[in-house]
Amino acid sequence: MRPSSCIIAGLSIAVLTLIGGCSPHGSRTNQDGIGGTLAAVRSRGYVSCGASQGTIGFSAPNSQGYWLGLDVDVCRAVAAAVLGDKNKARFLPLTGAQRLTALQTGQIDLIARTLTWTLSRDANGVNFTLPNFYDYVGFLVRKDHNAAKAADLKNASVCVQTGSTIEVTLADVSRRENLGLRPVIFDSVEGSRQAFFSGRCDALITDASALTSVRAVLSKNAADYVIVPADNQIEALTPAVRHGDDHWFDIVKFSIAALIDAEQLGITQKNVDDMLKSSDPDVRRFLGVEKGNGKALGLSEDWAYQVIKQVGNYGEVYNRNVGDDSALKIPRGLNRLQRDGGLMVPIPFN
Amino acid sequence: MNTSSRKAIRNRSIGDYLVQAVVVGALLLLLAWLAANTIDNLRLRGITVGFDFLSREARFSISDTVLPYSPADTFAWAFLVGLCNTLFLSAIVAVASTLLGFCVALGRRSSHPLSNLISTIFVDTVRNIPVLVLLLFVYSLIIFELPDPVTARVWHGFFLNNRGFYGPALSWIGSGLHWSFPHMGHFNIDGGWIVSPELAAAVAGLTIYSTAFSAEIIRGGIDAVYKGQWEAGRALGLADKQVLRLVILPQALRVIVPPMTSQYVIIVKNSTLALMVGYAEINFVTSTTINQTGQAVEGTAILMTVFLVISLMASWLMNILNRRYVLVEH
Repeated sequence: MRPSSCIIAGLSIAVLTLIGGCSPHGSRTNQDGIGGTLAAVRSRGYVSCGASQGTIGFSAPNSQGYWLGLDVDVCRAVAAAVLGDKNKARFLPLTGAQRLTALQTGQIDLIARTLTWTLSRDANGVNFTLPNFYDYVGFLVRKDHNAAKAADLKNASVCVQTGSTIEVTLADVSRRENLGLRPVIFDSVEGSRQAFFSGRCDALITDASALTSVRAVLSKNAADYVIVPADNQIEALTPAVRHGDDHWFDIVKFSIAALIDAEQLGITQKNVDDMLKSSDPDVRRFLGVEKGNGKALGLSEDWAYQVIKQVGNYGEVYNRNVGDDSALKIPRGLNRLQRDGGLMVPIPFN
Repeated sequence: MNTSSRKAIRNRSIGDYLVQAVVVGALLLLLAWLAANTIDNLRLRGITVGFDFLSREARFSISDTVLPYSPADTFAWAFLVGLCNTLFLSAIVAVASTLLGFCVALGRRSSHPLSNLISTIFVDTVRNIPVLVLLLFVYSLIIFELPDPVTARVWHGFFLNNRGFYGPALSWIGSGLHWSFPHMGHFNIDGGWIVSPELAAAVAGLTIYSTAFSAEIIRGGIDAVYKGQWEAGRALGLADKQVLRLVILPQALRVIVPPMTSQYVIIVKNSTLALMVGYAEINFVTSTTINQTGQAVEGTAILMTVFLVISLMASWLMNILNRRYVLVEH
């Protein structure tokens, strides 16, 4: 054998040994990586959240680069619960197509990004926690087209963004009602919006909440546009975590539940300190005055107090980001508490 | 040659084969380990593995398809439809950019100062603009600068507006051939044929970009032919056009063909950017499929395989072409 052949042969043997030595070790680390999200977050010092590329009201950075929104506040609530500081959260802007992969591969700890709860997503490596917003799919149409329902849009061109359930909804509506809708499909949110406002499309289809945001922010005169429901289905926009870590799943679930329960119990960001002195056993358990809930979740006893103190209850979060105190002014509607006729159901904290 | 040295050669070649076999074996083992590890990890994360999803109904729309497609078709068919769109777009761009590139190359070698200047400015500008920027620019021009379908004027049955370019089409209706004229419907222009703004932008953007590179390759090829060949041609009484066609180009082609192969492969790969201006090709189908099914590894594997096959096919075809043009050097 020539010297170079010897080197190659030696290298091959080395590679083989390496593979043999690596594989059991490799799978062990991976098992550790899947569980233990809480430990990973604590040692890292921040929660890593998947966010949108800028959906005002849900997740978008302001001019100082500080992330704001209904989805962002879910992530901040988790940071407050786990690390005691709502600002120990970092946001990764993801396209619709990237977001699930980013979660599945462990790039982010949770995703709160107007993600619709569906069976195929849930069955494929994702665990949906609790819906933080109920939405429906709509078409944004210029008022002068006089469209009141989807059936009025026969043969219209519709701008749509890829990487969402909307594409399927659009195709389904078009097939069901035999509308012959002509989709113009874009990879980015901006692409579809820009094309709609240029007049390339007659309608823009997406979640009604996002359409409200688009209409408020991008149109010259919001009153020139109407939102037409695409079908009579409700979409539950739900923050999600990946399979394999039930403990983290519980923590995120109850961080969202804390927002809703606090509204039910009448605990607000302002009165939370006074409420510590409350004699109501539900309030005392909720705020951790009566101990137990923190230990059960593996968090500090005052975790829910921190969430409300720093982020506020669901009603406050809603109004601030998408409701009356925001530019969007989306009516509470389905997102009211169950006792007020909505779909937000408080879960007992005991 | 004596027997012992022959034996030595045979021994050496056996040794070489052995080493190669070991290296290939090691590579295969490494790949197998990677695959097994990936599948293992996907299982741990609760993600189903496999290509079963390909036979399920795709349910999403694809616009501008070359092959017939409806959302009721399968994911497998959707991939094929996307692939055909990719090939369709790439083929147009490859042909157009080669022809235009040839013109620009001649322009750069022209003795006419104006055509020389214009060609040089074109090449230097376009080569320095990212292709994505070029695509978005062309698309914005089309959708923002062209009129909307209501105010756009009609010219002998042809429409040009920000919904596309329309013209009359011959189609088989009932008993015979009939002209189908485009006409204004409630929202859109119906009937006739249409070139969508998305396809137009993708073709124009990619062609402009690729032309600049093809032009340089072709110019390089022409320059590579020794100046004496021109002089010899002229001495034989040939006109410059004839010298170019009969003497220069056949010799230039053997310099041009190999880099043009990579250029065509680059065109196919760049076609994935057409998604940014709304033209649905295989990259679009892949990313939508990944999002609908969560099968990221499988989807990406399909995309990579498709591009590998296309690139290998392109190289193979161009190698055949190359063999025809190779001259035996003396």
